[in-house]
Amino acid sequence: MFRNNYDNDAVTFSPQGRIFQVEYAQEAVKQGSVVVGLVNKTHAVLVGLKRNAEELSSYQKKIIEVDSHMGVAIAGLASDARVLSNYMKQQCLGSRMTYGRPLPVNRIVSQIADRAQTNTQQYGKRPYGVGLLVAGMDEAGPHLFEFQPSGMTQEMLACAIGARSQMARTYLERNLDKLEESSRDELITHGLRALKETLSQDKELTVDNTSVGVVGLADSGKVESFKLYEGQQLLPLFEALDKSDASETKDEETMEVDS
Amino acid sequence: MTSLLSHNPHTNSIGYSFAQPTNAGNTEHSYTDNGGSVLGITGKDFAVLAGDTRSTSGYNINSRYVPKVFKIGGEDETGKDAHILLSVVGFAADGLALKERLDAVVKMYKYQHGKPMGVRACAQRLSTILYQKRFFPYYVQAILAGLDEEGKGALYGYDPVGSYEREQCRSAGAASSLIMPFLDNQVNLKNQYIPGSGEGHALAARKPEPMSRETVEQLVRDAFTSAVERHIEVGDGLQMLVITANGIEEIYHPLKKD
Amino acid sequence: MNHFPGTWGRPRDDVYGPYDSSYLQTTGPKTHTQSPAVTGTSVIAVKFKGGVAIAADNLASYGSLARFTDVKRLRKFGDAAVIGFSGDVSDMQYIDRLLESIDIRENYSAHGNQLNAKNLHTYLSKVLYKRRSDFNPLWNHILVAGFDSEKKPFLSSADLLGTTFSAPHLATGFGAHLAIPILRRLFPEERSIEEISKEEAVSALKDCLKVLWYRDARSMDKYSLALITQDGIEVHEDQQIEAQNWAFAESIKGYGAQTV
Repeated sequence: MFRNNYDNDAVTFSPQGRIFQVEYAQEAVKQGSVVVGLVNKTHAVLVGLKRNAEELSSYQKKIIEVDSHMGVAIAGLASDARVLSNYMKQQCLGSRMTYGRPLPVNRIVSQIADRAQTNTQQYGKRPYGVGLLVAGMDEAGPHLFEFQPSGMTQEMLACAIGARSQMARTYLERNLDKLEESSRDELITHGLRALKETLSQDKELTVDNTSVGVVGLADSGKVESFKLYEGQQLLPLFEALDKSDASETKDEETMEVDS
Repeated sequence: MTSLLSHNPHTNSIGYSFAQPTNAGNTEHSYTDNGGSVLGITGKDFAVLAGDTRSTSGYNINSRYVPKVFKIGGEDETGKDAHILLSVVGFAADGLALKERLDAVVKMYKYQHGKPMGVRACAQRLSTILYQKRFFPYYVQAILAGLDEEGKGALYGYDPVGSYEREQCRSAGAASSLIMPFLDNQVNLKNQYIPGSGEGHALAARKPEPMSRETVEQLVRDAFTSAVERHIEVGDGLQMLVITANGIEEIYHPLKKD
Repeated sequence: MNHFPGTWGRPRDDVYGPYDSSYLQTTGPKTHTQSPAVTGTSVIAVKFKGGVAIAADNLASYGSLARFTDVKRLRKFGDAAVIGFSGDVSDMQYIDRLLESIDIRENYSAHGNQLNAKNLHTYLSKVLYKRRSDFNPLWNHILVAGFDSEKKPFLSSADLLGTTFSAPHLATGFGAHLAIPILRRLFPEERSIEEISKEEAVSALKDCLKVLWYRDARSMDKYSLALITQDGIEVHEDQQIEAQNWAFAESIKGYGAQTV
């Protein structure tokens, strides 16, 4: 078998300027089940597809509430994600304790980015094998950030990571203009639909395999705390999805008639 | 409580020539008493925790509204989703620090276990938090309240270093010596006998029965209006938090400001 | 001879007075940080409709010596808050440096999320509490004036023990005795902050400063006054207490070596 000389550790460049361990870590993200994140003017939404390792096991956790103004969706090694989200939780509690304010989203994202970067530059360390979508709310409004094992982070309008996430990204790109103007519930519907795009033929979204997390600005002008929808709580969201799917197909039919 | 403060290693009548064993640091300058009183009573399916809102330093009134009763484990600003109450009286800065530590513990418990911390567990944890500072104590008397596993009102009283017990009612702080005997008599019906039930030892004592929420709230108001009359550190406002299966309700009553 | 071997061979207390054994103490932490040296006296502040006014004189005393007469004890923090310091001046300057570094750090992220006065007060109270818990207190009593996250006027205090409280008007040190009664009379509880104008608040503070100048021996007649409103912060330094009238002094009797 071909042996790569430059992938024994995460601190050595290949002659082509690549760090293979980091790239492998990014492969781990692609192996994880898909998560989708999207924002409009008032809300940030996370949607995740949960897998169960085997028929008899429970479903994995895809979305974690970090603080009342922030949550993360994970794709990749769940245990690495837990380390990161524990750190984020501690930082959030720390900010609330010392300043009495929720930690700004970009601040915590750059903190985990710094930690991830350190792992790619110190001998004996291993990059995190997980990608995160961080959705949160602060004084500047709702935010969505993408985080990669390389330490790369960027603010996104909509994003999907994980297995078959390209399908979701395509959906999001096509509907980007609709997202910004959408309402809270429409945003969730868009998220679910993007998630649905990634499913293989024989699969569909169920209350067992789907997670939805929402955070944003309530009508009162205050922060609407992070809310995680799982199990039966998802039923109204699925109903809204079905309803909007139905009207969509009707629209398409009429369009066809028109042309 | 004053004995804790008045400890001075140098006022011994005998002038030892060798160094005296002292506390690490000078704890005398590390504490103050911010006065005020708190009181908690439990019922069959509720618990009430109340405290006056005056904050004092010596003869000065710092402020007329500094709450001493806190919601634990809820959201920061609103206290939404809180299911435990904590009151702290004594040194306010320690009280606040204690409250924030317990709040963080309860929040981490929820984060790690995915379910809210029970009052019994929380009560035990508070005791260990206090005891961890056994030799530089949080200078506070704490009362913890909530609903137990069966939905009954639960109340735990503490000393500054973590010794605690579950009780029906408890008063703490400046006017506790005024309020506690009143509670003994009115809640636990101490020294109350059934008239004509017998002579001498045959005289039957009245048995305490669970009280309604209205009765308890009225008792709390009476206890505080009376304490205000006789204690200078108590007054300004009465903050009363009632915890039931439906959540936490906050009631404010003005008290005399003199 | 008595039962206490520790006293044997020592000067007898009943003859020479009690021996102060604290001079012999060799154990325990250093204690030279446990008392203030150069100090500032009262800071006073009131909330009014749409803002907060805060004032402090420009004196730093060394015991009873009026050591520095041009010390500014009000500090602006960005556009968010004014902090007034009483107590030790070197500790004030330390906190000042602390705030400076926070201000710089916070301003790297320019979009929204600026610390407000309330956040700042929480932070400072934690610093003070931490230091008292380490038996190395910062010998200050501070007032923080500004706005909270809901843009409502904010005024709160924190002292060297980490004790915090908030009220419509606050004063530290001597001001707690002399200024607070005046402010409580001018702005009783029944009067909402909405009824208090900026001009009224300023004139009340000036009155208080005058009374403090008359009666607080560690005060002076040069002062700074800051106004925090939604329009921004105005700091007036080098102000002079005006319309002084010392006629009342003649009538004060009972102190010192008066003969009549």
